[in-house]
Amino acid sequence: MTDFARRFLRSRSGMIGLILLLTLVLMAIFADLLFPGDPWRMAGRPNLPPFSKGFLFGTDQLGRDVAAGIMHGARMSLMIGFASSVVAIGVGVLVGAVAGYSSGIVDDLLMRLTEFFQTIPSFMLAIVLVAIFSPTLGSIVAAIAVVSWPPIARLVRAEFLTLRQRDFVKAAQVGGHSQSNIILHQILPNALSPVIVMASLMVASAILIESGLSFLGLGDRNYITWGFMIGAGRTMIRHAWWLSAIPGLAIFVTVLALNLFGQGLSDVLNPRLSRSNRT
Amino acid sequence: MAQLRYLFGRLVKAIMVLLAVTVLSFGLIRAAPGDPATVLAGEQGSVDPEFIEQVRARYGLDRPIQEQLFKYVAGVARLDFGDSYQHNRPVIELIGERLPATLILTMTAFLLALAGGLIMGVTAAKHVGKWPDGVITIAALLFFALPLFWVGLMAILLFSVQLGWLPAFGMNTIGVEMSPIGRTLDVAQHLVLPAATLGLLYLATYTRMTRASVLEVMDLDFVRTARAKGLEEKRIWRRHILKNALLPIITLASLQAGHLVGGAVLTETVFAWPGIGRLAFDALLQRDYNLLLAIFIIASAFVVFFNLVADLVYSLADPRIEVAA
Repeated sequence: MTDFARRFLRSRSGMIGLILLLTLVLMAIFADLLFPGDPWRMAGRPNLPPFSKGFLFGTDQLGRDVAAGIMHGARMSLMIGFASSVVAIGVGVLVGAVAGYSSGIVDDLLMRLTEFFQTIPSFMLAIVLVAIFSPTLGSIVAAIAVVSWPPIARLVRAEFLTLRQRDFVKAAQVGGHSQSNIILHQILPNALSPVIVMASLMVASAILIESGLSFLGLGDRNYITWGFMIGAGRTMIRHAWWLSAIPGLAIFVTVLALNLFGQGLSDVLNPRLSRSNRT
Repeated sequence: MAQLRYLFGRLVKAIMVLLAVTVLSFGLIRAAPGDPATVLAGEQGSVDPEFIEQVRARYGLDRPIQEQLFKYVAGVARLDFGDSYQHNRPVIELIGERLPATLILTMTAFLLALAGGLIMGVTAAKHVGKWPDGVITIAALLFFALPLFWVGLMAILLFSVQLGWLPAFGMNTIGVEMSPIGRTLDVAQHLVLPAATLGLLYLATYTRMTRASVLEVMDLDFVRTARAKGLEEKRIWRRHILKNALLPIITLASLQAGHLVGGAVLTETVFAWPGIGRLAFDALLQRDYNLLLAIFIIASAFVVFFNLVADLVYSLADPRIEVAA
């Protein structure tokens, strides 16, 4: 077992997060096996409360199985969360690396751009983008990525600014390595651990943004999502509380799992930082 | 002198950001699928080509794009965002009517979150490692993971539907004559649930920030000196620790307050609060992009404004700041 894994196993929050997360991933993977067919189809009598026979989480006003929606929704939430974070991290690392390595006017311009995107209200921008480019999987992922990359860019830039001064980078420069080689093989691997910690928190916030968007009706209508289920159950709240309560709990558990997982990673990857936080 | 130059630089930067937001908004309106003239004519119930041409001319859509952009920017500079397609009224009038409600909501949420965050953060730090710290830290962790619009719905379910303590929707009780005091109390009652919901996320943030800040100051030399001098513990906390730990938090928090305006969309939608967030949601449903983008610009302006104020306060409080800039 590697040192990394051993230390992660000792982090309590990290392990709780990991176990919850694995459960959710399994739910997403096996949604089709456990609840085959379209989650939108009518499966039983309408408005059955939770723990009804055959319907653990009850049914909605059209007799659709809430449990099926939760399982299939897990797939969408995790998928959109991961996809948009991957795009955001790609953009953020690129912008931050170029800015931190080149300095001067390029750095200045890129940082102005980053600040600009941090200034404008992010959820509003996401709404505007998805509304105008019409809600599809692609536009939702892109919109969340557009509002999420700036913190990564700033973090990577700061790491690059310090690492650039270090002896091993100077040695590589003197040794005649190409710039791209130095950026990719010397500096970037050393800048990655804080990025990884931030990435897991970013997936969590991406899932929250996505749920807010689909609650407002800005989701892709071809797929069932937790935010959409809450929005649809909202008008029924007086008679069928479970329609909005259960999907919200699902979002809560997922986001919590990712935050705990991130905390565990942070304990392992930045031990100095975490210890000073705890005392 | 140097300070004036610094502030002038900040002002120019703020204006540049607003200009960029405006250009971005214009680009987005134009990027919306469909020819705006056709859409507009269609909304008014006609697909007659001649009428479409008239609409095009009326809204200046027949002019070259850079001229339209220039007109739009010049308009926004004078707070003229054009007309709402849906309401057939100037956008700024609609926003002006709704803005006070949003300000009441966001400011209340902000003050609640700040007060709660400071109290919880200090309590946690005072009992670091013991059970109150554990409870508060876990609570903050849980709050961070909650989707706010869902919290709002659950609050309605509990406090309005089940217990019947508080009104669930809107800002006023409609159709009842009330004295000015009665009306204020009525608004306050309507305000409790949305403000608490909106404040929850910030409460978690401020709690964490306060705890970290107090813990940091507690370890500094001057606190040790104060203890060594034999100062009373209460006095050390009030005069030495809290003063130095909380001021930066309050400043930092105020800096973020501008973000609340843009963040109120979901809360206002859940509680049917008649502010600009709810207006943005309606604009969204009706594809009233002119209105939607105007709200976007106004929400951005709030952030820029608060940043500017924070810069001003910082530079007054600390004359060295321009060196760092």
